[in-house]
Amino acid sequence: MSENGDMGHHDEHDHDHEQSFISKYIFSTDHKIIAKQFLITGIFWAIIGGALSVIFRLQLGFPDMDLEWLRPLLGKWITTSGKLDSEFYLALVTMHGTIMVFFVLTAGLSGTFSNFLIPLQIGARDMASGFMNMLSYWFFFLSSVIMFISLFLETGPAAGGWTVYPPLSALPQAIQGSAAGMTLWLVAMVFFIASTLLGGINYITTVINLRTEGMSFSRLPLTIWAFFITAVIGLLSFPVLFAAALLLVFDRSFGTSFYLSQIYIGGEALPNMGGSPILYQHLFWFLGHPEVYIVILPALGITSEIIATNSRKPIFGYRAMIGSMLAIAFLSFIVWAHHMFVTGMNPFLGSIFMFLTLIIAVPSAVKAFNYITTLWKGNIVFTPGMLFSIGLVSFFISGGLTGLFLGNSAVDINLHDTYFVVAHFHLVMGSASFFGLLAGVYHWFPKMFGRMMDEKLGYIHFWSTFVGVYLVFFPLHYIGIAGFPRRYYSFTSFDAFSTFADLNSFVSIAAILTFGAQFIFLFNFFYSIYRGRRAPANPWKSNTLEWTTPVNPGHGNWPGEIPKVYRWPYDYSKPGAEDDFIPQTVPYSATPESNTDYENELAKPEEVTPKVKAEDEA
Amino acid sequence: MLNLVIVVAVVLILAILITIFRVSTLVGIVRGNTTKQVSPANKIQASLMIVFLVLGIIGFFYFSFGGLDESYVQPLASEHGAVTDRLFWITMAITCFVFIVTQILLFGFSYKYQHREDRKAFYYPHNNTLEYIWTGIPAVVLALLIISGWKAWVDITQKAPDDSEVIEVLGYQYSWAVRYGGADGKIGDYDYKKTDASNVAGMDLTDRSTHDDFFGRELHVPKGKPVLLNIRARDVIHSVYSPHFRLQMNAVPGMPTRFWFVPTKSTADLRIETGNPDFNFELVCNKICGKGHFGMKYIIVVDEPEDYAKWYAEQEPWLKQNPEYLSEVPADLRDAAMIAAGIETIPAAQAVDNLVVRNSR
Ligand code: HEM
Ligand SMILES: [Cu+2]
Ligand SMILES: [Cu+2]
Repeated sequence: MSENGDMGHHDEHDHDHEQSFISKYIFSTDHKIIAKQFLITGIFWAIIGGALSVIFRLQLGFPDMDLEWLRPLLGKWITTSGKLDSEFYLALVTMHGTIMVFFVLTAGLSGTFSNFLIPLQIGARDMASGFMNMLSYWFFFLSSVIMFISLFLETGPAAGGWTVYPPLSALPQAIQGSAAGMTLWLVAMVFFIASTLLGGINYITTVINLRTEGMSFSRLPLTIWAFFITAVIGLLSFPVLFAAALLLVFDRSFGTSFYLSQIYIGGEALPNMGGSPILYQHLFWFLGHPEVYIVILPALGITSEIIATNSRKPIFGYRAMIGSMLAIAFLSFIVWAHHMFVTGMNPFLGSIFMFLTLIIAVPSAVKAFNYITTLWKGNIVFTPGMLFSIGLVSFFISGGLTGLFLGNSAVDINLHDTYFVVAHFHLVMGSASFFGLLAGVYHWFPKMFGRMMDEKLGYIHFWSTFVGVYLVFFPLHYIGIAGFPRRYYSFTSFDAFSTFADLNSFVSIAAILTFGAQFIFLFNFFYSIYRGRRAPANPWKSNTLEWTTPVNPGHGNWPGEIPKVYRWPYDYSKPGAEDDFIPQTVPYSATPESNTDYENELAKPEEVTPKVKAEDEA
Repeated sequence: MLNLVIVVAVVLILAILITIFRVSTLVGIVRGNTTKQVSPANKIQASLMIVFLVLGIIGFFYFSFGGLDESYVQPLASEHGAVTDRLFWITMAITCFVFIVTQILLFGFSYKYQHREDRKAFYYPHNNTLEYIWTGIPAVVLALLIISGWKAWVDITQKAPDDSEVIEVLGYQYSWAVRYGGADGKIGDYDYKKTDASNVAGMDLTDRSTHDDFFGRELHVPKGKPVLLNIRARDVIHSVYSPHFRLQMNAVPGMPTRFWFVPTKSTADLRIETGNPDFNFELVCNKICGKGHFGMKYIIVVDEPEDYAKWYAEQEPWLKQNPEYLSEVPADLRDAAMIAAGIETIPAAQAVDNLVVRNSR
């Protein structure tokens, strides 16, 4: 192991000298650079998405506030009386949802960590196709640019909710956002889907084909399992979104009637007959539900790795974790219509989907129990990454439990489209996977940038965000049970919702403070890239392969031969072993003191190639 | 000027914070505490976990059980709502229990097993019995929830009783139209192409059932009788939602939907129950439908059955209010239409007939 330390010194690669700035940092095919590109773009989007939510939280928390001061930013979307325009309010929630779900938690999370960790943790020099990988980022970039431009359109960005249900999203007469804004939304999503598919194919091929010697599937870190399964889900579900979007494009621009039927709007009866808006919802949620797992599984994978490392214990139930992820992946394709219990679809379908939906809670529960048991009798080191992982588990439980209400179609009648749903998914998906993202950044920052992030700022960031998130989203359960509908610009016109004005102000204040706390992170992140303490080779004493690379790995990751793998990644605190961790590269034959009988058998035929001092192959 | 001062102040504060941060980092490095694997801060984090857990649980119980100024449970006024509410609270009891126990374990373990130099973690990679237990128990509990939920769902969504009061609810940007069958109790046909500014529901006047149809300024329903709402939308998707009745069903253009329920309390009952003399049930739109989505309100009035019958009899058919539409009625039906709509005085005998027809339904 100790040889790895000095590899760090000659990490400035000979490969690099031919590369120009552009091919090294911009049109790079190096998975590490691409990962950073995804990360930075994701951070950019997170700031935008968060800022949008602050604006609409101002409206909800302080409906009487004079927002004249936002006019320089929002222009005509501030009405003459200094209020937020009610249509622009819908545009804000729509873009907030789209940005957070797709651009931050799909591209930002999977894009960053699948790219960064897959080659490093399976022992590959790069992705199977570096070029496709680069394309994947640039499609995402293009998609981002288009979506960003749509924010500034005269008629505003898409405003029909992040699920863009037609006919609302199909008819500019129905809402301004369905004019050019919606067109750009669809175009951006098409590029986004292309990006996801290119990335996904790459992740899958890489994991299957490029594992280093000894890295069998049963020795893969759970991160890789999670990224792998996520990519498979994405590959199967995103094309369906593409189909849904395409038909919507036809309805919008070419007069077809896939989703439109018997509509009278703007003083005019439209000719469309025979379409079904519900068809769109089926197609959308066929992606949409898997999508929520596309968002959470990578976060859970990251958490598994971080919790095991910092509890100094093997992850509890490695196989059960894989099994539950596979079960979730499978079930996630057959629960979609639980988003549609009250659309008027056949009640029998409702029964079936209630049944399937509640089944999916079982593997989710297994995962939560396994995390908790991993902590049990551990020797826990609270790095910021670890704190965020524990926070994730807490959110995943809190938010997952409310799924049991919503999955019960009879109970959902009164909860559908209320703030209860908003509370549910912001905890279980939004906050949980956002915490996974942050945990991952704190944990792998040393590998990404060769420096450490500041721990104290990390602690402050964690506690303010963790408490903040609960203060923002927990109260929403109450107003959800009271029936407050989501996507409401104001509640003043209804007697039933005339209550809880104070609660709404409280939530808004909490949201603004929590948003503010993210700037601690931003400062820490950018400051540490340039000025952070230099990272040691293996700062968290972790077992996985990425920590055997030089501190600043170059193109190709390992200067010499790719290390061989002899064991699973979770040999932490193994009885008999001197250290509390045994990296995957240590053969059983080198650890007779800690081997089980079975492992001693394995040790016999082991061919341990003597570690050659790494020579660059240039 | 003030703005400038604020900007300068913010910049200065930031600069000071950054300087403090740099100094403290440097001091830390000089002291050498950053090279240890586990800094003293570890203990603080562990303690904060417990602080968070305790305060969190106290806060949870306090605010969930009466700590809020207002009640978050809307008074209940429908038959099936009693069933779904019961399911809701059973689910609540189960989830609360799991919630509290798991959070205690999560943060409790985090505290209890915080890093100590003299201890080694327990190498405990798996235990199949445990996995079976916590796969099995949730599965059983969920099965129970599914079965009770399924029963309720089947009851709620089954066909409405034949003696239901049928009312058409039409959603459009940004209001509702509520149509009753009139004297014959039958709601007439529609054709969306016939919609215009007065004929909001696109009534097809070639169908004689439309001639006596009337629109309610509020949605009146009789207490204690099954009410079937035939729901449609004219332009985009809306959703008929009313939290007091635990009632929700989307209104979808081109695809009529329905929901039936039995109101159990009249508006007057609820005025007494809530102590609010101005209390009204409300119909709420609960599917994003555009700029005015948040304003699609319609008052629901639950009457005692006698009051309902009286109100019903007093309503004027739409055709009477809009006699110019008689031209759309086919010539051979026009006389009958004028009678049905009450434009022409009805022979007394026939009026009695009509009443008999209605009451016998
Ligand atoms: C414990 C298992 C879960 C169950 C039983 C469950 C059930 C449900 C149901 C029935 C709905 C629809 C509610 C409605 O619109 O009325 C819903 C909404 C949602 N769930 Fe879950 N859920 C679970 C876990 C998750 C997870 C793990 C995620 C994400 C990682 C998630 C993300 C979402 C999202 C994003 C929505 C709302 C989508 C929207 O309408 O905008 N859920 N959930
Ligand atoms: Cu779902
Ligand atoms: Cu609406």
